[in-house]
Amino acid sequence: MDRIPILKLGPFLLVTIQVDLYDRLALNLENDLITMVSKTGARGVLIDISAVSIVDSFMGRILGNIASMSGIMDAQTVVVGMQPAVAITLVELGLTLQGVHTALDVEKGMELLQDKIGPDYLQEQDEEEELDDRTE
Amino acid sequence: MNTTAQLLHSKKKTILESWMSNQLSDQGLRDDLISNEELHKQSDELLNGLARAMATGNTDNIYAAEYEPITEILSDISITRARQGFSPRETGMYVLSLKKAIADALEQELAGQHEQLYKEVMMVNRLLDSLSVVTFETFIKGREEVILRQSDEISEISTPVIKVWEGILALPIIGTLDSARTQVVMESLLQEIVNTGSNIAILDISGVPAVDSLVAQHLIKTVSATRLMGAECIISGIRAEIAQTIVHLGIDLSNIKTKASLASALQLAFSMNRIEVKSHSKSTTFGFKR
Repeated sequence: MDRIPILKLGPFLLVTIQVDLYDRLALNLENDLITMVSKTGARGVLIDISAVSIVDSFMGRILGNIASMSGIMDAQTVVVGMQPAVAITLVELGLTLQGVHTALDVEKGMELLQDKIGPDYLQEQDEEEELDDRTE
Repeated sequence: MNTTAQLLHSKKKTILESWMSNQLSDQGLRDDLISNEELHKQSDELLNGLARAMATGNTDNIYAAEYEPITEILSDISITRARQGFSPRETGMYVLSLKKAIADALEQELAGQHEQLYKEVMMVNRLLDSLSVVTFETFIKGREEVILRQSDEISEISTPVIKVWEGILALPIIGTLDSARTQVVMESLLQEIVNTGSNIAILDISGVPAVDSLVAQHLIKTVSATRLMGAECIISGIRAEIAQTIVHLGIDLSNIKTKASLASALQLAFSMNRIEVKSHSKSTTFGFKR
């Protein structure tokens, strides 16, 4: 069965969708991604859909679902690189993906994620390190 | 073969000459748009066709095969005339002035034979009337094509996407926003966002005469699509009347950034992108500092 690879990148998960999503693939992705979020305790999910040229209401809903699910698990979702045609289609379908952050490309998406959760996370990390230092 | 057809053959030259003088005597003739020789050539061609067609005996049905060349010539003439900007009167007169030329020739030929003269003139009348209807139809069709092309051009040139700064796009909308135009606006804006990698788009609606719920809906759609692409959208140029109508219509724009003028929208865009614009104290050099 086809799977979309989910890459761990520091505190974030990176998913680049390089094929057109069909329903089963999208459902698998949703499943895998949420499992990965809980397993790795990721703080952010970055989904690159720059290669996706066709989108339907189901796919839009899956994106929204992923965002809300990871939101509950304290991970921010950023969708990056949406094609103009896809954006227009989603708006025409009435799916404006509220609650999903968006960015133009992966680079800007990463910056956004770091802005959103970076400072807190890094602070926490520092504090943990300090604690570790003291216990040593 | 009827008298008129014979006449068209034998007296073609006289008819053509009197037709030409009829056309040229018309006060409204625009000799700046068409040369005399060209007019002469067109008329000659048409008269030849008419003579051939009438010789077949068919004088009523202009949709028959033998009239095809004539209607073709006429359509050609009226469409070119529509494009060149001739008035309907000039185009109509072109065919109608032939009527007088033929009637004059018939009168000379059939002097004294009133009954036959009447018959022939009536027949010519009917025939040329239907031909002038064809002329008009194609003339109007030509004009409509011109209008259609112009409105296409307007909608194309009226949606320029301007890059005002690194990462900031501006899109002044002038004229009424309808569904078709919103589509063009949205597409060109989104494409430009991709091309330039901008993260802020300013939609200036100071040139939109009125905003109703449909226009507002279109604006909201454009803003949502921009957001989905990963860029922010600011709407600027909201006039007092527009603000009033928006509130009276109960349209919720609270989750869209709106500014009164393009300047303040640009200011907001600058601060969002952490850009600072400073004016130097020396008035000779204006330096923009990033």
